[in-house]
Amino acid sequence: MKPEEHSRKQIELAGWQVTVETYKLGDVYHCTVANVDPGARFARADGATKEEAESRAIEKATKYLAQTRRFPTV
Amino acid sequence: MTATIPNVLVTTDWVAQHATDTGVRVVEVDVDTTAYDQGHIPGAAGWNWTTQLCDTLVRDIVPVNKLEELLGNTGIDNKTSIVLYGDNNNWFAAWAFWQLKIYGHEDVRIMDGGRKKWLAEGRDLSTDAPAIQKKSYKAKTADTSLRAFLPEVQAAVAGKKAGLVDVRSPDEFTGKILAPPGLPETCQRGGHIPGAKSIPWGKNCNDDGTFKSFDELKAMYAAQGITGETPVIAYCRIGERSSLTWFVMKHLLGFEKVKNYDGSWTEWGNLVGAAVEKP
Repeated sequence: MKPEEHSRKQIELAGWQVTVETYKLGDVYHCTVANVDPGARFARADGATKEEAESRAIEKATKYLAQTRRFPTV
Repeated sequence: MTATIPNVLVTTDWVAQHATDTGVRVVEVDVDTTAYDQGHIPGAAGWNWTTQLCDTLVRDIVPVNKLEELLGNTGIDNKTSIVLYGDNNNWFAAWAFWQLKIYGHEDVRIMDGGRKKWLAEGRDLSTDAPAIQKKSYKAKTADTSLRAFLPEVQAAVAGKKAGLVDVRSPDEFTGKILAPPGLPETCQRGGHIPGAKSIPWGKNCNDDGTFKSFDELKAMYAAQGITGETPVIAYCRIGERSSLTWFVMKHLLGFEKVKNYDGSWTEWGNLVGAAVEKP
């Protein structure tokens, strides 16, 4: 099978830049969310449509990102 | 890629043509351990770094008997050409590569660009597990010259006899965050090991996931005083990102004395009384 409708985009979630990558394989859309720096995938979801997969993955990602604390650097 | 040791990289084209050749075993190793099941290179096996590439009881790399079992079950013997690839520009593929070199496997290569490039090129994916005939594997004695432990890092800091390369993101290096956004915090303090140079791992790669050219890499490290003339120790948070930087310095730039400190920040940043530098 070949992946179809492959897309990558950068968006801001909870104050962090993330990459949302989606593709369709067979009848299933797979979506993953990765932080831009350093680039780790930390949330993913599947769906019957691209919108469904992305919204579910983004919902999870937003929840995880909200737990990331920022500290003073001095 | 103009590498000093070019036989450690293969292209996506090469993999498309040779993935199922006799004597070749392609293995996917991802940060996201579910990625393999979302579709992988046809014929590729999948390894889970959280259970198969580490000791699951104590914090350590994979024990030799477990590695031998894993390789044998993956249809790999001592003469097999192993081709590794994964997500995030081969982040955990490099982690597997480093461990395979510690245990002396001769022919290990990384697919340049990893899963990202394969997907972007619209190449075939499969969700089927490959048919694998088990083989017997005998690992060599672990080569500890590729691995740095805490006392050696402490000595390096005290004596300034080795260059330390912190490959984490700038926000982790300065202590603004304790872990990459979205991932759980696993240390008590933020900052970096005193004297370390910040060279984020992602700078080794182009936008398409492939490694930068030899000249680009050499200039990037030289700009931070890392030339390979003195020993180098790379570290990150848990040792996987730094294994990619270790791969670059050791196998693409040809530095002789390069070690990966897999204790990394989750060890140093949790030590009572350890010196920490900020920003």
